[in-house]
Amino acid sequence: MNVLVYLIPVSIFLGALGLLFFFYTLKSRQYEDPEGDAQRILSGIYDDAPPED
Amino acid sequence: MAAPVSACPACDAAHLAEETAGRGYAGDGGESRRIMLSLPQVYCAACIVGVERGLATQPGVRSARVNLTLKRATVEADQGVEAEDLAAYLTGIGYEAYELDAGALSATETDKRSRDLMMRMGVAGFGMMNVMLLSVAVWSGATEATRDLFHWVSAAIALPIVAFSAQPFFRNAWTALRVARLNMDVPISLAIILAAGMSVYETMHSGQHAYFDAALSLTFFLLAGRYLDHRTRAVARSAAEELAALEVPRAHKIVDGQEVVVPVAELAVGDVVRVTPGNRVPVDGMVETGESEVDRSLLTGESLPVFAGPGEMVNAGEVNLTGPLTVRVAATGEDTSLHRMADLVAIAETARNKYTSLADKAAAIYAPAVHLLALGSFVAWLVITGGDVRLALNIAVAVLIITCPCALGLAVPAVTTAASGRLFKRGMLLKSATAMERLAEVDHVVFDKTGTLTQGEPTLDNMGDHAEADLAIAGALAQGSSHPLAQAITQAVSGAGIMPSVLSEVREIPGYGIEAQHGGEIVRLGRAEWLGARTLDRTATYLKIGKRPAVAFTFNDALREGAAEAVAAMKAQGCAVTLISGDAPAAVQDVAFRLGIEDYRAGMLPEGKVGALEELAAGGAKVLMVGDGLNDTAALAAAHVSISPASALEAARVVSDIVLLGKSLEPLGEAVSTSRKATKRIKENFGISTAYNLIAIPIALLGFATPLAAALAMSLSSITVSLNALRLKARRS
Repeated sequence: MNVLVYLIPVSIFLGALGLLFFFYTLKSRQYEDPEGDAQRILSGIYDDAPPED
Repeated sequence: MAAPVSACPACDAAHLAEETAGRGYAGDGGESRRIMLSLPQVYCAACIVGVERGLATQPGVRSARVNLTLKRATVEADQGVEAEDLAAYLTGIGYEAYELDAGALSATETDKRSRDLMMRMGVAGFGMMNVMLLSVAVWSGATEATRDLFHWVSAAIALPIVAFSAQPFFRNAWTALRVARLNMDVPISLAIILAAGMSVYETMHSGQHAYFDAALSLTFFLLAGRYLDHRTRAVARSAAEELAALEVPRAHKIVDGQEVVVPVAELAVGDVVRVTPGNRVPVDGMVETGESEVDRSLLTGESLPVFAGPGEMVNAGEVNLTGPLTVRVAATGEDTSLHRMADLVAIAETARNKYTSLADKAAAIYAPAVHLLALGSFVAWLVITGGDVRLALNIAVAVLIITCPCALGLAVPAVTTAASGRLFKRGMLLKSATAMERLAEVDHVVFDKTGTLTQGEPTLDNMGDHAEADLAIAGALAQGSSHPLAQAITQAVSGAGIMPSVLSEVREIPGYGIEAQHGGEIVRLGRAEWLGARTLDRTATYLKIGKRPAVAFTFNDALREGAAEAVAAMKAQGCAVTLISGDAPAAVQDVAFRLGIEDYRAGMLPEGKVGALEELAAGGAKVLMVGDGLNDTAALAAAHVSISPASALEAARVVSDIVLLGKSLEPLGEAVSTSRKATKRIKENFGISTAYNLIAIPIALLGFATPLAAALAMSLSSITVSLNALRLKARRS
C-alpha cells in the first residue's frame, strides 16, 4: 500500500493541472460564445486567436 | 471558400460579401473605437462569415467579430466610423442590424459575475472528482488506516474548496436568515456545512462514513443550476439594457438664436427647442413657429398624421414629419404626458409583482419541510437510542443530504435555459424570470394595431384608379418629401416602373403639402382642405392638377410580416384574440377583417385599454398583451404577460416581459407553445425529484443511507432532470 504515497499526490497534481487549464480558458474568454464556436467549425475560415481584451 | 448550405435566407448574401473581403486593415494609426451592433437574425455559420466579412469591407473597420450566443457583433474601427452606417450596410446586405450603446457598463459586470460562478463551479468539479476517486476506494472496501488516510486527504481537498465554492449559497442564506426568512439557500448551506463538519468529526474518530464527496457534489450540481440561471438572465438583461441605452434623449435648444444640443433633462419650462422633420418631439409644449404634421401613432395609436401650427400643443414622443418646428417647453421630465403615463404603469405593475414562480412555490413548501424532517429524525433517534448524539446526528445529516434539492436546484434553471435559448434563437428576448411561466398560462391575446399588427407605414392601395401621367406627377411631387404618405407614393410609383415627370419650382409647404409647376399648370399634392377636395374617411392624400378636380390617393397600413401567422397560431392554440386600438373605427375594422379577428375595439384611450384588460382579467382570463406604443404601456404592464417589438418606444419595451428582436411577429405562436412545454417539463422535473425523495427519505430516516447511496441518488436525479430539460432543445421544428 506504500505506493499510495506517490499515487495520491500524482493524481491530485494531474487534476490540479486540469484545473489550471480551466482557469486559463476562463481567463481567455473561451466560454463567451458557445453557440458561435459550435457554428464556426463549419465555416472553413481559420481564426486562431480569441479576441484580445 | 464555400459557405455551407443552410436554410437561412439571409445567408445567400454572404457570398456577395466574401468576394470583396480578405484584406487586413490595421487602422489609421489613431485610437480605435468599439462599436456594438445587435443582429437579431443571425443564426448560422454562413451568417457569421457574411457579417464579419461584410463589415471588414467597410472603410475604417479594423476588425469585426460576431458573438452568436448574444447575437451581437463587436467592431473595432477608426474614430470617424459611425455605427449607424454599419448597421444600415448590414441591413442592406440582408442581415437586420441595430446600433447598440457600447458603453453599457452593467454588461461587463454581469459578465464578471458569470465568470466568477463558473470559476467556483470548476473548482468544485475538480474537488468532487478527486474526492469521488478516493471515496470509491473506501466504498470498495478500504479499511482501518487506509480508510482514515483517504478520509483525511478528502478532508484536505474538500474543506477549502467548500469554503470557496459554496460562498454564493452561504451569502444568500445569511441574507435571508438575517431578516428571519427561509429560502432555498438555507437548507442547501445547512446540508453542505453539516455534511462537511460531521465528516471531519467522523474522520477524527475514524468513523466509517464520511460525506465529503456529497458536500462537494451538492455544491457542484447546485452551482451548475445557479450558473445556468444566471447566464439566461444575464443574456436577456444586458441585451435589454443596451436596447434601452439606444435612445439618448437630446434636444436642440435655441439660445440667443443659436442651436445648442442639450440633454432633455436640462430643459426648463419656457425654453425654446427646435424639432427638425423626422425627429421625435422631446417635451410637451406649444408650437411657436413653423407648420408641420406630427405622427401621434406611438402616443395614441392614430395612424393619420395630425396638423401642427403656431399655438397648437405637441406632446413628447410625437414625431415631426414635414416642416421644422420651434416649440416652447410647457412641461419637462416628470410633468410630461409621457411621464404621467409612467404613473399609470407603476400602478399596474404592483399587481403583477405578486406573481410567485413555480420554483418559489416549491421552495416555500420544501425548505421548512426538510428542516422539520431532519430535526424530527434527530430527536426520534436520540429517543430510540437513549441519547446517542453521534448516531442521531449522522442520520439527521444523511436526511438533509439526501433530500437536498440537487434536482430541485437544477429542475427549473435547466428548463428555462433550454427554453429561453430556443426562444432567443427565434428572436425573442425574455426579460423577466417568470415570463415563461406566465406566458404558458395565457388564454387570451390582446393586440394593439398601429406599429404592432401593422408596420405603422402606409402603402398606396388605389394605384389602379389613376392614369399613368397622374402617377408620374404625383411621384415627382412626392420625391422630395419625408412625409410617410409621400414616401409611400414614391415607392409605389417607382415600384411600378413609372418615370416621375419633370417639374419646376417644387416647394414643400409644411403642414399642407407640396406644390410645383408642370407644363404651365400648378400641381399640388397634399391635404384635402388645402386643395378644396372632399375629405375621405380614411388615410388619403390628394392630387390636384391645374383646374381639374382633386383626386384621392388612399392608403392602408400594411400588415407587419408574420402578423397573420401569429394570429392564426394563437387561435390554433386555443387563445381568444382581441384587437384594441386607439385608431379610427374604419382603419381598425379593416385590419381586424384582414386578419380574421372578430373581436375588436377602436378609439380606445390608454385608460380604456387598461380597463378592458382588467375586465378580461376579472373574467378569469390570463391576458397576453402585444403592443408597442406609449398608449399601450399601461396596458402592457397591467396584462398577465406582455410582448413588445424592438421597434417599440422605450417605455413600452421596459414594461414588457418579452421583446421581439426581429421585424416579424411570427415567433409569437411558438413563444406560447414553447413556454407551455417548458412549464410542463418543470412540473415533470418536480415530479421526478419528489418521486426520488419518496424512495430515499424513508431509507435515510431508518438509518440505512450510506455515502454511496447518497452519491448515487444525487447524481442520478440530477442527470435525469437535466436530460428531461434537454428534450426541449432537441426537438426542433
